[in-house]
Amino acid sequence: MALEPQPGRVEGLALDLGIDPRTAWRTLARVVGLALRHRARFAVATGAGLLATLFNLAIPRLLGHAVDQAQALLKRGAAEPQAALRALGVTALVLLAASAARGVAQMVSSFHGETLGQQVARDLRLAYFDKLQQLGFDFHDRIHSGELITRGMLDLEGVRGFIEMGMQRIIAMLLLVVIGGAALATQDPVMALVTLSFIPFAVWRAGRMGLLLRLAWTRLQRQMAVVTRVMEENLQGVRVVRAFGSEPYEMGKFDAAAKVALALSNARLRYRANSLATISSSYYLAMALALAVGAYRISHGAISIGQLTECLAFMTILQMPVRQISMVMNSGARAMSSGRRVFEVLDFEPAIRDASGATALERPVGVLRFDHVSFAYPGAKDAPVLRDVSFTVEPGRTLAIVGPSGSGKSSIAQLIPRFYDVDAGRITLDGRDIRTLTLASLRQAVSVVAQDVFLFDDSIERNIAYAAPDAGRRELKEAARIAHIHDHAESLEAGYETSVGERGAGLSGGQRQRVSIARGLMTRARVLVFDDATSAVDAATEHGLRHALADATSAHATLIISHRLSSLMHADEILVLQDGRITERGDHASLVAAGGYYAALYAMQTEAGERAPANGERLFA
Amino acid sequence: MTTAASAAQLDPAQPDDERIAPRRSHEELFVEVNTGALRRVAAFIGPHRLALAGAIAAVLAFVATQVSIPYAIRLAVDRITGKPESLPLPWIIGGLVVLIGLNAATSYLNDVTAARLAQQVIFDMRRAMFEHLQKVSLGFMDRSHVGRLMSRLQGDVNALQDFFETSITAVGDLALLLGITAVLFVMEWRLAVATLLLAPVLIVVRAVWLPKAQAAFTLARETSSIVNGVLAENIAGVRVVQGMRRERLNLQDFTHRVAENYEAQRVASWQAQIMTPVVDVLTGTAMAAVVLGGGAMVLWGRIDLGVLVAFIFYVQRFFDPIRTISQQYTMLQRATTAAHRIFEVIDLPLEVQDRPGALTPAKLAASIEFRNVTFGYRPGVPVLRDLNIRIEPGQVIALVGPTGSGKSSIAALTRRFYDVWEGEVRVGGHDVRTLSRQALARDVGMVLQEPFLFTGTVLENIRYARTDASREAVVRAAKAVRAHDFIVRLPQGYDTVLEQRGQNLSVGERQLLSFARALLADPQILILDEATASIDSFVEARIQQALRVVMKGRTSLLIAHRLATVRDADRIIVLKDGEILEQGSPAELLAAGGLYANLHRHNFSSFDEIGAAAE
Repeated sequence: MALEPQPGRVEGLALDLGIDPRTAWRTLARVVGLALRHRARFAVATGAGLLATLFNLAIPRLLGHAVDQAQALLKRGAAEPQAALRALGVTALVLLAASAARGVAQMVSSFHGETLGQQVARDLRLAYFDKLQQLGFDFHDRIHSGELITRGMLDLEGVRGFIEMGMQRIIAMLLLVVIGGAALATQDPVMALVTLSFIPFAVWRAGRMGLLLRLAWTRLQRQMAVVTRVMEENLQGVRVVRAFGSEPYEMGKFDAAAKVALALSNARLRYRANSLATISSSYYLAMALALAVGAYRISHGAISIGQLTECLAFMTILQMPVRQISMVMNSGARAMSSGRRVFEVLDFEPAIRDASGATALERPVGVLRFDHVSFAYPGAKDAPVLRDVSFTVEPGRTLAIVGPSGSGKSSIAQLIPRFYDVDAGRITLDGRDIRTLTLASLRQAVSVVAQDVFLFDDSIERNIAYAAPDAGRRELKEAARIAHIHDHAESLEAGYETSVGERGAGLSGGQRQRVSIARGLMTRARVLVFDDATSAVDAATEHGLRHALADATSAHATLIISHRLSSLMHADEILVLQDGRITERGDHASLVAAGGYYAALYAMQTEAGERAPANGERLFA
Repeated sequence: MTTAASAAQLDPAQPDDERIAPRRSHEELFVEVNTGALRRVAAFIGPHRLALAGAIAAVLAFVATQVSIPYAIRLAVDRITGKPESLPLPWIIGGLVVLIGLNAATSYLNDVTAARLAQQVIFDMRRAMFEHLQKVSLGFMDRSHVGRLMSRLQGDVNALQDFFETSITAVGDLALLLGITAVLFVMEWRLAVATLLLAPVLIVVRAVWLPKAQAAFTLARETSSIVNGVLAENIAGVRVVQGMRRERLNLQDFTHRVAENYEAQRVASWQAQIMTPVVDVLTGTAMAAVVLGGGAMVLWGRIDLGVLVAFIFYVQRFFDPIRTISQQYTMLQRATTAAHRIFEVIDLPLEVQDRPGALTPAKLAASIEFRNVTFGYRPGVPVLRDLNIRIEPGQVIALVGPTGSGKSSIAALTRRFYDVWEGEVRVGGHDVRTLSRQALARDVGMVLQEPFLFTGTVLENIRYARTDASREAVVRAAKAVRAHDFIVRLPQGYDTVLEQRGQNLSVGERQLLSFARALLADPQILILDEATASIDSFVEARIQQALRVVMKGRTSLLIAHRLATVRDADRIIVLKDGEILEQGSPAELLAAGGLYANLHRHNFSSFDEIGAAAE
């Protein structure tokens, strides 16, 4: 048993394969249900499969018949050779026709089977995509994007694979064994029994192989992920590796990981070879038995040579579907684990959605109010991030928030578009609790520009116009000018149509942030939130940007979050947030005078604290 | 017939489709064209010659048993029909059982030896590539995208692996085909010719079908990768999508892409299935020919009934191998490309390597000297021009200047990440090109701007450069840079595993860990590239303190971005366009009234700003 990828007990096996035994069958039934939704195609695929089976079964019978005819020729054909040959010719033609018909039926069946799988994949893909867009930040915080991508790509394929491979094959094999076995049994029950004798063993063995190979494969993949990680980190951290002369250490890490992977891979190969050899042996031994029994029964006149030939030819046909049981089991196991992972997402209910009776906010003014707001992230409810926070921002005024990392600044920004819901207190926009507004109208009225910029692999233009794809070019360029990205865009070869690359890799950090600011301006929102939105923009550019932004947003309610004081010292009101509480509030002068956290920060950031940080004067000629 | 089931299905093992296919781009990183890639692959098989010979022997033995089994049926039928001189039935059945045993044994041996050999070669090649990348110059590494290198280390190696694995089946099939052909000819050559004539037909039909089918398969693959790309991007950017209310628009767009993919998949599936009836018609024709021709021959007494029966069994298995072998041709094309890309990496020239007889002095003196150094990354575009710098042991030198002024190049040359174009770089009085990598790694340490941590525990990360350091030494280093406090607050303290390169730590914390790592390495000379990342001012103050601890008692070369850092330096070198603009102690420079004084007067807290100001 050393050859086998030790499965442990059944529960261990299920666990290792990512199958939840409690829901496994329900999951599989649901997968089948998805296929049955396309009833017509399912019927065509199955019907054609049935025809293919019937034609397939005709072939051994015809071959047997031909052998009997040939034998008859030997005995008495010499008397009337023409007629005998004609009869043989008819058999040959029917054989050709049956074979061709089988091919066509098989083609139709496989084509529709595969297409059925593609249809289910298409349905699932759209549902998955839609669902992910509906699910809120709480969900996306909890499940890593890489994990969601894997589910949407690989697990979805796992479900499709079962419909394409598993379901169709299992139907085809059942038809073949049942109809073929019955046909043989009507002729000679003994021979039928002998012919089918290898099936129970082979099916059991192949099924087991399918499961264990899947297990071995899963383990190998897990180890290969380690190998990949070692290589990837080595390449990404190449400077550290070189700086410390750690190449031999790194090769050691690689070799250790690769050695385990190779051992797992070899164990899998050995097990597979062993299983395949065992399965073929059972088949060939049954054939030898059929030959022996057949010869005995022929000698007693119970059957003809043709009937023996038919049995043997039937076995040849059976061999492949029986082996494929391993694929069926494999894809079934995969569908159980993958299906669960896909359905889990599809069944998730978005926590944040329009309340019943929510109404749209018509013509928003932009009066934003935090009213004794407390908040903790879902999953960490015992660690409040905001405690009793209250403030108001009105159109034409700017509120700034400053504080150490982790003080809850960004959480405030995230609560405004209702990416999360508050735990206590309320947030109002134009006097209405934002939970009574439709999400669409709320998010149209507010715009958050975050520090971490996510750009799409598309042109600068389309990234800026992301929230307003119908915007005119003039509006777009105006936003770009305010965000100080216009000159850069124009300087590029393809101008605004230049692609920013995957996640904006073609731009520097500061440029990405500037595109993101332009994008935020394009929303035409009444409340603008800048969450450390210029942290990577160099100080000289930021200076100009700040002024342009101040002019452009003079009629808006503006909230600025930053730890660079130069970005926020001109705000109408500044809040200092520490540990989720507002500890200081006032304008710049009063806060400096108060001598608290703000004053200390100011001293640190301006060195002597005598002068404001620099303007954009040119220092290098 | 079994014909419809392709040989790929013989291996129920499967799920290649579970790999995320690398995004294939036709980017060519390198100029050199390498022909005969497959011959190079053969060189990797060389060391495993014995295993190869074993695999080939196993295949041949396996095919021999496979071909013999239907022959046993013929003998049995001969006996049943009472042919004179036929063997007694028990002998035949006994022989058949022995054959079956041999068949199982050889099948096992064949599968295991060949597949193991393929695995071994694949792992060897991946290792060779990875090992070579450890030595390739940083200049190359800078230019190449990690994702692209990984696609060679993963995607191309996997493509080659797929080819090897299917090759094993294909070689078996080819041998089987030859075996069957031989037996057919021995039994009855006319019937054999009739059957064989159909083989070219299949080959021609496939040749006509292939280009169209391949185009369909490619389109299906491409549209799939587009769909997955859109999905992945939408997931990664879901916060922006929701913030900007793009849900409906994006779903529309995605629906469109999915429909395109569905259509392409449908066409590809049709193209794949269309060959099924062709093969079945050919098999049917062959069987009809055997039945009719064979029957006639039986009638005329040319052959026995046993031969006819045996023929039927051989013909049933005849067309499968032909199909798999022609499939193999497509795989071969893909494998050649993959092998080519793999060897491009293995053949990358090593620009910086130890000279024969490179020195490893017991301890290098901690001095650095640049003598008339000219250097650049691209030919004709020097970054440093005729530069002269001398740094005495124990000095702290700050390098200051706008982006592209050559600060980082000075650091990199000191550590010999690159070789100079002209002049020489001397460390401890030796030209760095005469020193071994080992010596430089030991005595010249570096702290990089972006703290890079590896997956592993905090402990492992701190002792990355000194894997033999004791736990106490690690704790001492961590305490010295004041990282100890936050480390012990982690769930498992020093044994906490850092996921995803330390993403669970803040930037400041990662930085402190990288200081501890450098401190433990204890080099004579320390090169420090100060972080530009914007971090909160209080954290920054802590980092400044740690910096002083790390630099204490060493010759330090500091690439500085902040005034606060520079003020403690013994000497400041202000660079611009690869030349020294001014240098001297902070007091001297203030008095001189140059750039440094100007910055200071305007109270810039960071030197990064002069980059933009200088534009």
